[in-house]
Amino acid sequence: MAQAVGQYLMKQKTLFACLGLIFISFGSVAKGAENPSIVVQSTTSTKNSGLYDYLLPKFTKETGIDVHVVAVGTGAAVRNAMNCDGDVLLVHSQQREEDFVASGYAPRRYALMYNDFILIGPKSDPAQLAGGQDAVAALRKIAAKGYSFISRGDDSGTHIKERALWQMAAFDPTAHSGDWYREVGTGMGATINIAVGLGAYTLSDRATWLKFTNKSDFKILVEGDKRLFNPYGIMRVTKEKCPGANISHAQTFIDWLTSNAGQTLITDYKIDGKTLFFGNSN
Amino acid sequence: MSIFAEATATAFSLIINANADLLEIIGLSMKVSLSALLIACILGLPIGALLGTFDFAFKNTVKGILTALMGMPPVVVGLIVYLHLSRSGLFGALELLYTPTAMIIAQVILITPIIAVLSSQILEDLHEEYRDLFISLVVPPPNALLTYLIEARYSLLTVILAGFGRAISEVGAVMIVGGNIDHLTRVMTTAIALETSKGELALALALGLILLILALFVNFAAQQAKSLLSVQRYGG
Amino acid sequence: MCTLLPITIDKLTLTAGQKTLLNNISLNITSSGILVIMGPNGAGKSLFMRCLHGLSQPDSGRILFAGDEINQTHRKSQALIFQKPVLLKRSVRQNLEFVRNLHRTDNVASIELALRNVGLSKLASQPANQLSGGERQRLALARALMMRPQMLFLDEACANLDPASVSNIEEVLRQACKDGQKIILITHDIAQAKRLADEVIFLHHGALCEHTPARVFFQSPKSQAARAYLDGQILV
Repeated sequence: MAQAVGQYLMKQKTLFACLGLIFISFGSVAKGAENPSIVVQSTTSTKNSGLYDYLLPKFTKETGIDVHVVAVGTGAAVRNAMNCDGDVLLVHSQQREEDFVASGYAPRRYALMYNDFILIGPKSDPAQLAGGQDAVAALRKIAAKGYSFISRGDDSGTHIKERALWQMAAFDPTAHSGDWYREVGTGMGATINIAVGLGAYTLSDRATWLKFTNKSDFKILVEGDKRLFNPYGIMRVTKEKCPGANISHAQTFIDWLTSNAGQTLITDYKIDGKTLFFGNSN
Repeated sequence: MSIFAEATATAFSLIINANADLLEIIGLSMKVSLSALLIACILGLPIGALLGTFDFAFKNTVKGILTALMGMPPVVVGLIVYLHLSRSGLFGALELLYTPTAMIIAQVILITPIIAVLSSQILEDLHEEYRDLFISLVVPPPNALLTYLIEARYSLLTVILAGFGRAISEVGAVMIVGGNIDHLTRVMTTAIALETSKGELALALALGLILLILALFVNFAAQQAKSLLSVQRYGG
Repeated sequence: MCTLLPITIDKLTLTAGQKTLLNNISLNITSSGILVIMGPNGAGKSLFMRCLHGLSQPDSGRILFAGDEINQTHRKSQALIFQKPVLLKRSVRQNLEFVRNLHRTDNVASIELALRNVGLSKLASQPANQLSGGERQRLALARALMMRPQMLFLDEACANLDPASVSNIEEVLRQACKDGQKIILITHDIAQAKRLADEVIFLHHGALCEHTPARVFFQSPKSQAARAYLDGQILV
């Protein structure tokens, strides 16, 4: 038996040599991650905005720490961090962040930066929202005639903000879920894709919108309402809850971002001459 | 239709310029999926051989379960692997979450049932054909098994390619357990999902085209291996 | 001389559901030479042969070879040629090498000799599945004789073959018989039976009708069924 196998393998040595070469060549692609690294649980809006691509190489160059960003909705990011699958949490739902700290997962929350939410929709604008500054009134107009509205529906920071706005409008859109109110349960960019496809209204953070390419004839219809304020917070997990976490490097990352230099870098990040995030740690 | 033209142009310019990020992503995709494929073959082919050529209690139950697992959604597999590899999970101490190893584990779980079930069917047919002859010639069972594997090599190659196709093309599982981390766990499919979510549809489509070319290349290599096998068998 | 003789068959019975396939067959096969099994389709000839070779198990009754129940050692000194030859998907030579490598004994004919005996020397490196029907069956015969079996079974091995192949096979069988091998063959071809048979067994409806020397059988068959069969009537 063994001999039969041996004979067969000998005959196939050319083939096995080829296979071996293929595997060796792929093996060499795997790079040795020599640097210490941290995992940041964060949101799709910050990731899609390109902010990390701009900031992280600078941070790694200065400190020698690699940063691995996992981009999910705020709800999922908080849950993952509670499972200790991240060293740093960078999200945008102040209530969730304060709960996270209160439950003992983080020593404190640092204010990091802000931008604002915007209501976007097609140029045809059937609800005639263009130029408005009252987000709550705009939602009421949409609901009154049942114009299509796409909701993130994924418990993300944007989704939490949107629900808060509906509450201020004293209207429960979920009664119309599947009709004109559509909860798509996906990231910000994918949600805008769907809104564009259906010619529907949706709420977006400004950064994702500015970076977004597939805009079609969509534009910003409502902006400037102070209720559309969108603050981002950053925090690291605690040793008590997550003994395996990389606390010191996580703190280094937070200190770097909230320093004057880090804040300036954030505010200097622009797309088409427009600032996406304003540093507000001080 | 212009987006298709744009995507094709983007794909070619990415390939011709040997874009470093792209090469890294392709390399990781191939490394993860080929590793998963290798492990799935080491696990799945013996299971297939066992199911195809031996009779034992609950054989049909095992086969039924494996067949059902063939249709398991990648997201579910990803979720199960995530829950186990999470720091709060059973194997959290291994710190495998958000690594290529985690992605390989998820893909192994996805494609082992495919390899086991499809190969068991092929080997069962062969067993049907050769059983009487092998009893007559008094071929020892291990030797018979090896002979089945060699006789079925072309069909098994197709099975292996099917497994590879499922591995390289799935996005749900690697997204969850890999996290789509740039330069660490980003593969072709998660990159396509990311570019789509950024609204970079032409770039996403270009990556899709490159994935297609990659799959064609692998299939072509397999065809070459096949003809190499047959030349060696009949060469002397 | 064949050490598997005499074969003692005692009340061999095999049923499938309501149908009796082999009905209480008892006989002794003592002499060497060529034994031809005849009978209409469905008479149980193939099943009877499978029982002799141990491929099928009777419900009751016994088969003894020189006083012993059939075992692996017996089977190693027997070979069976199926009506439809089962070959490995390899070259002609590799089909023979497979058998030679199975059992490490010195009592193995050389592959060249085996090929020459059946007139396949020139086709040694051809893929076996590209051979004609006659060539395939001759290869199966060469493979069976490689192990120098003491007893050779042929289950309608010459059905639908070209005359040259039939002639070659018959010649090889006569030579094997001279060398002391016991040959038991099923055929529908009365002319072939007349050419080869030393003794004849005639089965009908799973029961033994006749077991007589060939000359007696062809000149004055005792049973009504055998007479009708030799006259070319359809037996129901």
